[in-house]
Amino acid sequence: MATTEVERRRGQLAALSIAVVVIVVGVPLWWKTTETYRAWLPVSQINELSNLQLQLSADVEVVFARGTVTPEQQKKVPLTRTQDEEHSVDEDTALRYRYETRYRTATIMEEDALDQPTAAEADLSLHTLSECPCGSLVVYVIPESSSLLPQDVDVYIGQRRTALLRIGGQIRVGKTLDLLLAHLEPRIKQVLQVMSFSHTDITAALSDRVRLSPGNKESIADSMRTFKSSPGYEITFSLLNPDPKSHRLHWDIEGAVQTYIQPLLTKLASVANFSIDSQTLYYAMLGVNPRFDSSLGAYTLSPDSLAHMINPVEARLGSNAASSNPVLNFLLYVPDAQHSPLHIHDSKKQEVPTNAFHSPRWGGIMVYNVDGFYGPEAVFPVDLNINMAKVMGVFLAQLRLLLGVQSPNAPSGFLVAPCSRTGLADWELDRLMWSRSVENVATATTTITSLAQLLDQIGNIVINDNIAEQVSSAVTSLQLAVAELEAGNLRFALQYSKEAILASERAFFDPSLLHLLYFPDDQKFAIYIPLFLPMCVPILLSLLKIVSDARQKRREKQAKKD
Amino acid sequence: MKILGLLSLLATHLSANSVNIEENAGQFFSSGHTNNWAVLVCTSRFWFNYRHVANTLSVYRSVKRLGIPDSHIVLMLADDMACNHRNPKPATVFSHKNMELNVYGDDVEVDYRGYEVTVENFLRVLTGRLPPSTPRSKRLLSDDRSNILIYLTGHGGNGFLKFQDSEEISNVELADAFQQMWQKRRYNELLFIIDTCQGASMYERFYSPNLMALASSQVGEDSLSHQPDLAIGVHLMDRYTFYLLEFLEDIHPASKSNMNDLFKVCPKSQCVSTPGHRTDLFLRDPGSALITDFFGSVRKVEITMETVNLTDPIEQVEQNFVNEDLQKESYSYVDQLPVSEIIHQFPPLDVTG
Repeated sequence: MATTEVERRRGQLAALSIAVVVIVVGVPLWWKTTETYRAWLPVSQINELSNLQLQLSADVEVVFARGTVTPEQQKKVPLTRTQDEEHSVDEDTALRYRYETRYRTATIMEEDALDQPTAAEADLSLHTLSECPCGSLVVYVIPESSSLLPQDVDVYIGQRRTALLRIGGQIRVGKTLDLLLAHLEPRIKQVLQVMSFSHTDITAALSDRVRLSPGNKESIADSMRTFKSSPGYEITFSLLNPDPKSHRLHWDIEGAVQTYIQPLLTKLASVANFSIDSQTLYYAMLGVNPRFDSSLGAYTLSPDSLAHMINPVEARLGSNAASSNPVLNFLLYVPDAQHSPLHIHDSKKQEVPTNAFHSPRWGGIMVYNVDGFYGPEAVFPVDLNINMAKVMGVFLAQLRLLLGVQSPNAPSGFLVAPCSRTGLADWELDRLMWSRSVENVATATTTITSLAQLLDQIGNIVINDNIAEQVSSAVTSLQLAVAELEAGNLRFALQYSKEAILASERAFFDPSLLHLLYFPDDQKFAIYIPLFLPMCVPILLSLLKIVSDARQKRREKQAKKD
Repeated sequence: MKILGLLSLLATHLSANSVNIEENAGQFFSSGHTNNWAVLVCTSRFWFNYRHVANTLSVYRSVKRLGIPDSHIVLMLADDMACNHRNPKPATVFSHKNMELNVYGDDVEVDYRGYEVTVENFLRVLTGRLPPSTPRSKRLLSDDRSNILIYLTGHGGNGFLKFQDSEEISNVELADAFQQMWQKRRYNELLFIIDTCQGASMYERFYSPNLMALASSQVGEDSLSHQPDLAIGVHLMDRYTFYLLEFLEDIHPASKSNMNDLFKVCPKSQCVSTPGHRTDLFLRDPGSALITDFFGSVRKVEITMETVNLTDPIEQVEQNFVNEDLQKESYSYVDQLPVSEIIHQFPPLDVTG
């Protein structure tokens, strides 16, 4: 009797200890070993960033020239005003524009500079006087009687960061300072919208975050035409010679790129890296047949046929780009002797002066006629030198359009100085930097938030240390970029926003984030049940037996007591 | 009288044409895309699945003819039918019986071939999560203004598509991949065509905006093949893609047919199965979406109106011929393996000097 009791006791203890070992040691061990490694991510900061409050600060200095303020107003004039404009784009994004305006009177040297005969010379001498930091403007207010600007023009926008603003006729010098400033305010705001940033530009730059209903046709066309912000671009210049038997073409592409294109790209170095190459393609035909117009004595291309010109050529262009950067193609087509001269006509059947067209987010094509350079008695093949200044002028204009540097139409009464030697005015660079910074910040925040959402939803994706590192560095850079935008340091803001985008893209597109993407629950059960069920069933049954035995014993004890 | 009638007809035709030009200009910006991509996948191996490769190659051929260049097409073929040992006509893949049309041609550029066509690679291409060493031709470098055409063919079932006879992709994974593409704005509009058995189940789970889907058969139906060729010995095409190809042969780059015409391709009388389509996620009206928006690549153009006035003469690029700092290193070969001795088993020669 005692032995069976001992035996039973031993059996119960064994079952209990196995159960204890399985539950206390086995289950945590199984949990730990089948856990996917997920490094820590700054989720709270990411959630903070998903709600984006951007503040853009612009500094404006308004300088009153002689004749615009009275002497007693002059004493009050050194003052600073700050203006805030709030816009709420959608429930997650809010914008605030802060304009800090500093008013002062002109110095003697500036007065001398403003005494120049034309606005262009005044502009030239003015910007040698003061160095305007990136992202700020100086507006010189000149009296109405000044002869710097032509009659119908009130504002002249220079090549650097200065503008000349003529006081309107309604306001007379005698009025109070407040009235004067109130009169100037809308004009200065207009200048700011052209030279720094306007609400439409910034909301267009936020298009990655916010899918706004399309505005007018111009804004859609603008957003479709310009390339998205990217850390680098590849530019390829191609010379298409369909008729090498007649024309032997020489183009000094290296020198032309060095003289005309490189200064622009050097100036844009803070925005993106550019790499340039060039090639010559022989026997590359147009895909369309130009029509001969006998009234003009030339072959014409209508605007509908232009769209079909690009595809046959594109297959031949090739790309030797080793990176994944977007490619801009600029093609120079010299028509063959049978189809010269070739002119492009617009929809109104007018000849296009540049003889060139461009395709959004692709590049541009220019048709260069050489029939005027040789007579009918020439010996073929004719050696021809291409006028690179004319060609590069057109390509530079197309490049400006495709990169988004081209400013929108200025309001009436504005006169914008023509492009400088580099092809890019300083304030145009500022505009580009504002919109690129905002675009980078918007894209980086969407990338990071969607990555965090993805990793949260799919519980068994492995998050390696390098991904966590990239995410943390992206978050830090984003916070810094937003802070620098607030402070008005445009260059630093752009730099941090570029770092943020690089880190966030590297984290999002990391190849390791694909494994273990989807395991349906029924497959999980199908794997675990054959392993664990045979082991758990005896343990469970013995535990149940122990419990029922204990209950029986208690009942017997109860019965004995009674 | 007749001449008057003809003249008036001509006049109205001309006026209609001029209106068309303005409409064309407006339409350029209504579709919202600037470039086109195509991802064409054939998922089956083995010689008896010849028709799947022929399907994919015929869609590839149409897409190239309508203008999409090779650099914008990702073609994935799971097996090589043209050079298969059992192909009686090597280097050809026919789509019509009596060997009428060779869809293999001589400028086919296959980006993923053979065992590279896996679920993992397909999802990597779609989501962009490729290893950094992947060349440009194997990547889908689309942006937020790209219209993408995705064509899948092979053997499928209710909710899955079989890859290479060894793995499958489920409709949930595909829907998630499209959602990731949307999150990263990797497409403007996407057209998804699938020609497998029970193909409609593959687009049931889509939930991202701007997707349009077509399938060759409903859930519970099988997609059937078209016609065998007795000389080659296998079925050459599937029915749905055969009639799709016939439809596409009538499309040229300037054609104005829209998606509603595409939905009518291959009715039940021709296809035996019932083709299905899904447009509820597509934001535009399918009648306003042109076939060439997805299958072709009609570029939008704008006339360049401005030019920059450049007056500086070209600087001569200086060539540095003389640079004393550079030392000319003389290179020489390292001692090579004595290959001839190894091959011909000569005894080693004594090396003297």
